[in-house]
Amino acid sequence: MDVVVMARALFGSSLGFHIIYATIGVGLPVMIIIAEILHLIKKDSDYALMARRWTKGFAIILAVSIASGTIVGVMISLLFPNFMEIVGQVIALPFQMEIFAFLIEAVFMSIYLYAADRLPTKLRIVSIFAVALGAIASAVLITDVHAWMNTPAGFRLTPDGGITDVDTWAAFFNPSFVTSALHVVFSAFMTVAFIIASIAALRLLKRNISTEERNYHKKALTIAIYFGLITSLATSINGHETAQKLHEYNPRKLAAAEGLFETTRYAPLSIGGYASLEDQRVKYAIEIPYALSFLAADRFDTEVKGLNEWPQELWPPLYVHILFNVMVGIGSVLIVIAMFAVFWKLVLKKEYPPWMLALFVAGGPLAMIAIEAGWCFSCIGRQPWTITDVLRTGEAATKSGSVGFLFVLFITLYVTLLFATAFILKFYFKRNPVSKDLEKGAS
Amino acid sequence: MEASSVAITILWSLLFVYSMLGSLDFGAGFWGMVYSNENKNTNASVIANKFLSPAWEITNVFLVIFVVSVVTFFPFATTLLSSILLVPVALGLFLLTVRTTFMVFEHYAQRFRTLLRITSGVTGLILPALLVSILPITLGGFVDFENDYPRLHYGELMTHPTLYMHIAFGLSTELFISAVFLMDYAKEAEDWSAYHTFRKHALWLGPVSILVAVLTIGTFPVEADWIVQNIEANWLWFGLSIVFFLIGYSALFLKHRDGKRGFARLAVVSIIIQYGLAIYAYGSAHLPYLVYPDLTVADGFTSASFYPMLIIYAIGFGILIPGFILFWKLFLKDRRYLKQE
Ligand code: HDD
Ligand code: HEM
Ligand code: HEM
Repeated sequence: MDVVVMARALFGSSLGFHIIYATIGVGLPVMIIIAEILHLIKKDSDYALMARRWTKGFAIILAVSIASGTIVGVMISLLFPNFMEIVGQVIALPFQMEIFAFLIEAVFMSIYLYAADRLPTKLRIVSIFAVALGAIASAVLITDVHAWMNTPAGFRLTPDGGITDVDTWAAFFNPSFVTSALHVVFSAFMTVAFIIASIAALRLLKRNISTEERNYHKKALTIAIYFGLITSLATSINGHETAQKLHEYNPRKLAAAEGLFETTRYAPLSIGGYASLEDQRVKYAIEIPYALSFLAADRFDTEVKGLNEWPQELWPPLYVHILFNVMVGIGSVLIVIAMFAVFWKLVLKKEYPPWMLALFVAGGPLAMIAIEAGWCFSCIGRQPWTITDVLRTGEAATKSGSVGFLFVLFITLYVTLLFATAFILKFYFKRNPVSKDLEKGAS
Repeated sequence: MEASSVAITILWSLLFVYSMLGSLDFGAGFWGMVYSNENKNTNASVIANKFLSPAWEITNVFLVIFVVSVVTFFPFATTLLSSILLVPVALGLFLLTVRTTFMVFEHYAQRFRTLLRITSGVTGLILPALLVSILPITLGGFVDFENDYPRLHYGELMTHPTLYMHIAFGLSTELFISAVFLMDYAKEAEDWSAYHTFRKHALWLGPVSILVAVLTIGTFPVEADWIVQNIEANWLWFGLSIVFFLIGYSALFLKHRDGKRGFARLAVVSIIIQYGLAIYAYGSAHLPYLVYPDLTVADGFTSASFYPMLIIYAIGFGILIPGFILFWKLFLKDRRYLKQE
């Protein structure tokens, strides 16, 4: 295969691997803070135990997150040197700032992890706050670079391909920065909430657990459901704004997302199906009349551009329509699940029946799939450009051979590590079950 | 000073910090493996791992800082550097990942302790070897252009003695610095069995590391004549570096009132100064080239967002200072941590 394709595949899979851990790294500290604060308010030692157990899980995840982050951080320069040459001139600032976010997270994570028992409660909570802040800041800052790739700003190209008139802050506050950054942070929060709900529900589905243990998992589930509902609502409201930004700045990407070929007013929204080039429409989809026009700019008569406005060589692959639908579909399903769960608890005041627990179990993995779909949509939907309308992917990539060999090496590594993390988490929590910790607390 | 000189100085300082932290990190991994057998009558492994557990993340961040700083200060260097370094650096990343994850997994699954320790110990040798092999590549003679595209000649590099001397230099330095540091750390923990173990190793590693360093210069390829001349011109600084080595090394022999030998803290500080002087002297001898003869510091540099970045550095490290102090107090000074089983 050609080197450019290999480089894209290697980099895309490395990010796809990193993001699994990174997402948890952004969301979990926030859940730990919630547990710490509930412990402080309610004086219920179950919450302290929750914070402690989540921290153990977090430490294991964090190791892979940092290692894979180091890989992508270095690999982006190795595989896309011409891209980084422009990044270094125009949008270096968030990369630089991110370093300090990492440092804050690393320093305070060590403190929280290895010195928690020697710290007064307040300093302990300050430490985990700093961890969360570091993680969120690093996510926001890297998303800034990514947003800038989608909506580049703050420089001019010279006729010979050089860069002039760099305006660092215009690049930093590029048009899609704020919406994208919020979207990433909210979606990470909701994903971790649903993962916690999955684990708690899985435990509650077991028959032979003690009442104390049952209560412990119920509390975890409740936190997760409430936090999940709030953050999934935030994700979709802000996702709507993200889509409006596409309408404004990246109409080509929106057209591909929706499988719209002809420019239309009163455009319908197609849900599901696949975009067919021969038929020039989305086949097997459910169509909601006028909805796309309304979503794009809050008016039914909005004109939405179709793909045929551009030469076909500038289209992204048509399957991004599916990626987009997967993300939005899962987001909508999870909101429904969370609303239903809250209704069940607050209005009907009933215990969750097993079939609902089973739904919660599915929630975590689904949210993670939505994250992957979202990122892949955003990056693949940008093709053939690495920096929209500025730098083509083919020009950005390295020309070195040997990428094929590295691809095999790293994929092996990622697969092994996925299994290894699952195994270590299982091994550790099996040897230190909640029941044992609860007994220790009681005695 | 010109902006590009400020930038290269910052970069070089980061390299210095990383080379010290990396030596401690990789060295501790290695010593942790050597003394991992619980029957041996020394706590050396416990001490090494006590340092490693909270510290590796910070060391890792400094590696990332270094790479990001190269790319953001010297974007025009990315194309050349990444083409010639793709394979060695990617292999390094692979090993680093294995090491990092195994080291952490070990904490949570003690049944696999031996396997995981061996991994972190062995990578503690291979990784620094890989990292120092980047140095000879920049000296000239190993890189060529084919159709305007740079290529690294692996064959010539692998068969040149200077590669192996550089590796020997890197390893002896790593082990020497980490032994002296861990000796001081063991003293802080009042763990005398570990103290004597590390002192013993520091005693032989010191002279070996100096000898290897001097011999390495003798193996530089002919194309690197330029830097040998610059090094000779900088002899004063290298001489001063040797003086600090002598001070630090002698401190290992000084006797305390209670009869114990070795002023560990003095030794650590002098040896850090020794390497600081040597690294800056080497760095200035390397100027004006990043990679001889194709890339100079000025060619690689961009001033586009240089000043905002300097401000970010100042603010960033400013914010972090309290964090570092807390870290120092909790892990390098706190007896409750040091003496914990
Ligand atoms: C959801 C947000 C998110 C996204 C899209 C990415 N990362 Fe990441 N990354 C994180 C969220 C994160 C994190 C959760 O914040 C981590 C995990 C541990 C940490 O310290 O930060 C992290 C770690 C991390 C590290 C390790 C830092 C260290 O040594 O502690 C590096 C070098 C990168 N990332 C670089 C990247 C690059 C170059 C990316 C894309 C091109 C990228 N990350 C995507
Ligand atoms: C429910 C309604 C949602 C809408 C309307 C929506 C909309 C969007 C849009 C338009 C983009 C592309 C942005 C771009 O390329 O510039 C995007 C990206 C993304 N989405 Fe969503 N999204 C929704 C739900 C979700 C959910 C539930 C998740 C994950 C749990 C998620 C995770 C992501 C991620 C990680 C990205 C890539 C980062 C980015 O470009 O912002 N989204 N979303
Ligand atoms: C972490 C979640 C992410 C995932 C899963 C992801 C996924 C992908 C995929 C699948 C590709 C290959 C696209 C193709 O060539 O067809 C890609 C390319 C790329 N992505 Fe992303 N991406 C993510 C985040 C980011 C971020 C945050 C950045 C920027 C800072 C980024 C920068 C790039 C670059 C430079 C390329 C290569 C050039 C290109 O193909 O356009 N990605 N990514």
